[in-house]
Amino acid sequence: MDLTFSERETAFRDELREWLAVNDPGPEPLHGFDPHFAWRRDFQRRLYAGGWAAPHWPREHGGRGATLTESAIFFEELGRARAPLPANVLGLLLGGPTLMVWGTEEQRDRFLGPILSAEEIWCQGFSEPQAGSDLAALKTRAVRDGDGWLVTGQKVWTSAAQYAKWCMVVARTDAEAEKHKGLTYFLMDMEQPEVQVRPLRQMTGESEFNELFIEGARIADENVIGGVGNGWKVALTTLMNERAGLGFFLQVRMRQLLDDLIDEAAARGLLDDDVIADALGALHVKTEIVRLTAYRGLAAVERYGQPGPEGSLTKWMWSDANQQLAQLATRVLGAEALVAGSRWGYELLRARGYSIEGGTTEILKNIVAERVLGLPRAR
Amino acid sequence: MNFDFTDEQRTIKATARELLAERSPFERVRAAAEAGRYDDALWRELCELGWPGIAVAEEHGGQGLGTVELAVLLEELGYAVAAVPLLGSALAALAIEQAGDGEQRARWLPGLASGELTGALGGVRDAIADAADADVIVLVEAGAPRVVARADADVEVIDAIDPTRRYARVRGDGPALGGDVDAALGRAGGAVAAEVVGVCQRALDMTVAYVSERRQFGVPVGSFQAVSHRCAEMLLRTEGARSAAYFAAWAAGAAPERLAEACGMACVAAGEAGVEVTGSAIQAHGGIGFTWEADVHWLFKRAQMDAALLGSASAHRVRLARGVAARPALANGGH
Repeated sequence: MDLTFSERETAFRDELREWLAVNDPGPEPLHGFDPHFAWRRDFQRRLYAGGWAAPHWPREHGGRGATLTESAIFFEELGRARAPLPANVLGLLLGGPTLMVWGTEEQRDRFLGPILSAEEIWCQGFSEPQAGSDLAALKTRAVRDGDGWLVTGQKVWTSAAQYAKWCMVVARTDAEAEKHKGLTYFLMDMEQPEVQVRPLRQMTGESEFNELFIEGARIADENVIGGVGNGWKVALTTLMNERAGLGFFLQVRMRQLLDDLIDEAAARGLLDDDVIADALGALHVKTEIVRLTAYRGLAAVERYGQPGPEGSLTKWMWSDANQQLAQLATRVLGAEALVAGSRWGYELLRARGYSIEGGTTEILKNIVAERVLGLPRAR
Repeated sequence: MNFDFTDEQRTIKATARELLAERSPFERVRAAAEAGRYDDALWRELCELGWPGIAVAEEHGGQGLGTVELAVLLEELGYAVAAVPLLGSALAALAIEQAGDGEQRARWLPGLASGELTGALGGVRDAIADAADADVIVLVEAGAPRVVARADADVEVIDAIDPTRRYARVRGDGPALGGDVDAALGRAGGAVAAEVVGVCQRALDMTVAYVSERRQFGVPVGSFQAVSHRCAEMLLRTEGARSAAYFAAWAAGAAPERLAEACGMACVAAGEAGVEVTGSAIQAHGGIGFTWEADVHWLFKRAQMDAALLGSASAHRVRLARGVAARPALANGGH
């Protein structure tokens, strides 16, 4: 057991810190989604130029062959430097690794480079209005048309769709087959009139997510990933990667929020109030436990290979703690934390999505119960 | 960075689990508890194996392994709710070795390591675990520990709700521990937290087994989300406490500058997890869980006593928050 970074890990971190010090991403644009995305895209281009766009990718594909711990360090350091997630985070974390498992050599050659450089943004077309937690119930269908496919259906919660060139789409290709079979994983070109993107205004007032209306969009045969009828397995590979790495970025963000709130409380003399100090201390414990548990999870992956369902625990811990933190801010800061568009006012609203996106807490509990504890399937 | 046991630590854990499963099943725990005694045969065997001295330095007659190895054994003893006075002896030895002078170490550590002597550690107002028969008590008053020999101690045995251990309130005088007292008490807190992790794990394992078997409405009750989600929450709390307890055990040996924070976190997380998880285990067992024979209550009782031993979670949290304000650089993910 060793909770210090090894020499190699420290060297990795120091090199990255040095790079980040020189490549300050600049202040986060606070208003408007377009300027925000442009800021992230610009930052990814700089990461790419510096060879830092995807440290966790193998060297042959333009990464650094970073270990899991180094990848965690990468995201922790981005968060610590108050840098954004790269614009193409879905391509870097989900799409690329999925292609590395299921893609053909031609597909890897064609797609991986532009993911890294942010030249082609990727988005994820999985969820549908009637298929959220129950993903395999999806209705979007793809039918044969000459040497390609025609796709029709509706997708929802598609972030970055308005900027994306490619969409990872799971569609039903065999209506007769049982639910989890008969699905196929496609890469759909977003630049065609048959794909309409409509922003979804969320409770914060902004639009991070979109709806996709797909009316007979064309997909070439060569953009089938992992074979026809194999879509469920390929989608699971994508979903498995959803929580790797990213968690460390989010965890550092929560740590910063908490540190800032503690500073705010101290500045107001509220740390002398035992009730407030108690509540802040409770969040300190929760925040650190997320980080420690995530590092234990990494060690388990390194020992046993595949990422396990344990990642569900840290996502659940994190979303709970984040909501409590935002709520506590209203006690520490009073009305200041309730101003629309303020940092804390925003966080209070945004945190309500955390326990829903990327697997609701209820679904995570099911996963934990069935796959970690081995309980009988829930009813 | 490798937040995982070494192969050797894994072996210790597996061996301890196996040995205690065989030597200290619930029938033995119950028999000892009902007789109001420790399981003397088990204690003798553990002493022969060198368990009480696992973390004591070799020069004082111990095995010279670390606080992580001690945590591993305490976790397994908690898992078994074993009726032996090992925790008290280990806590006393940790404190004396950390903060005692040469004379205090020479006088007490060899006996505590071999098991010839037993010890205890706690506050003047506490029901101190394993203090009823202890040869030496590290007695804490207003944050200052003194080493009180049995002959100088006024020991009032307490019939606590947890009869798997013999508790007592102690008064008496003795030489102060002059070294790093905070570190000594921090190590002790982390050790208790490790025991609680084992208690939680046992409560979870028993519950999962029970709700998978027990059928109502034609199906296992564990297939109802009201039950399975409760189990998932038990796991969440157990794993959170485990992360904090292992961190504290590691810091006690390898990163003393982080021990105060690590121990505070472990005390908070383990204290809450113990009470919540064992209470949940009783609830998930339904009526059976409320019976004497079901054995779930031993876990609940042990967790309650340990929570008291870990100290006020609220006081720990207040200290942690003020500590963060005072050291922003370290709190901000410092390694």
